Amino acid sequence: MSERTRNYNYSRKTLTNNWEYRLKSLLRRCGSTRFAGSLVLVGLCSFLALLIFAYQPMAQTREQPSPSVAQAATTDSELSASPAVLPPLPYAYDALEPYIDAETMELHHDRHHATYVENFNEALANYPDLQNQTVEAMLRDLDNVPEDIREKVRNNGGGHVNHTMFWEIMSPDGGGEPTGAIAEAINQSFGSFAQFQEEFEQAGKDRFGSGWVWLVSNDANELEITTTPNQDTPIMDGQYPIMGNDVWEHAYYLNYRNNRGEYLSNWWNVVNWDEVNRRFEQAQS
Amino acid sequence: MAYELPPLPYDYTALEPYISKRTLEFHHDKHHAAYVNKYNDAVKGTELDNKPIEEVIKAIAGDSSKSGLFNNAAQAWNHTFYWQCMKSNGGGTPTGELAKKIEADFGSFEKFVEEFKNAGATQFGSGWAWLVLDGDTLKVTKTLNADNPLTSGQTPLLTMDVWEHAYYLDYQNKRPEYIDTFINKVVNWDFVAQNLGAA
Repeated sequence: MSERTRNYNYSRKTLTNNWEYRLKSLLRRCGSTRFAGSLVLVGLCSFLALLIFAYQPMAQTREQPSPSVAQAATTDSELSASPAVLPPLPYAYDALEPYIDAETMELHHDRHHATYVENFNEALANYPDLQNQTVEAMLRDLDNVPEDIREKVRNNGGGHVNHTMFWEIMSPDGGGEPTGAIAEAINQSFGSFAQFQEEFEQAGKDRFGSGWVWLVSNDANELEITTTPNQDTPIMDGQYPIMGNDVWEHAYYLNYRNNRGEYLSNWWNVVNWDEVNRRFEQAQS
Repeated sequence: MAYELPPLPYDYTALEPYISKRTLEFHHDKHHAAYVNKYNDAVKGTELDNKPIEEVIKAIAGDSSKSGLFNNAAQAWNHTFYWQCMKSNGGGTPTGELAKKIEADFGSFEKFVEEFKNAGATQFGSGWAWLVLDGDTLKVTKTLNADNPLTSGQTPLLTMDVWEHAYYLDYQNKRPEYIDTFINKVVNWDFVAQNLGAA
């Protein structure tokens, strides 16, 4: 599938997700009403379905990337910089409740992540040559990014890469014990999953200010727990981020306030071990 | 010596609708209190225990082996200072010597406001925006996380907290809106003038 088609489908999926989410919320709210109410509901749903149908082509035109995007030099696993595109959330905003609330997800994805993408593209506007690189390639080699935009690329490119991973390694069907190869590797490196969880949570609590806590594959190809400040990514240090949790206050403040520890311990309920396994494989290849 | 959590110098509702009661409750009673408690626990029994907190901050700044103690000490001090930088019916423009000094060093009050807002908006991650006296000159600075101007020999006159916990319940991702409101409606210029007078 060409890059252009992929982006096209992405925007369509986002909107469908949005409308599905709104419809589901409405249905939930109406759930307690009696039979008479359900007639009204049927009417409303048909109207909404019509709206979705009518709205989609319009939105696709609006969000369709420019033709130059078709030539984006990017691999399957790395992010294009020509321009960088906000990926849709792979599930509804409320899908991770009660562990992460819908309002947090909406702000986090639609505002915070979107702003990183926007600022990243803005920083690269005057550097068309750079746009042929992937975002990851720039972060791996920041010294080669022109000095006047280096910090912007670091912060916003990092924000884009980190958040793109973050949405993917969470799922409403997540949680539980790790599976597959990563389960074995965690046991080998940390003794047990429980021990790994404890160390990961502690590292997240100890990261002062804004940042991330990571499970990385390090230089020696070993598993290691690390943290980074702000939007710095392990990619900058030549490490591969297998999984990471966002400990910026915006990731948890609406739901957990000052209790970062509680957020960290609840987060295991939404970890998508399939995707973590996929990333673990990628780290080894 | 143990550092005492000062009470908020006004009611929790005093800054509404600009900064909500629940923000001040969490910010003062949880965040500030935690910094103070952690500082007291960590400094107890050490050679630094007999020094005032400002001296501890200056003494251990940059010492990576004491970064935990530094962070809690500086955050304890920063928040105490921050509460005083705000008041009910704040905002407006400074007067007297402070107004003259701002005009002399920044060109105009508007220029100062622009610089201060920019410092707050561009401090990536968590941190603080400051108006300081550096030698004889007023300057706007910004610091990351717990860092503060005491460690650079500057005299803090005004600060604004731009950690997300300072504004997320009221403004969410809209930090610039919080900053505008802080300057227009909340800042306590009397306190800033008093700091300049004492410097």
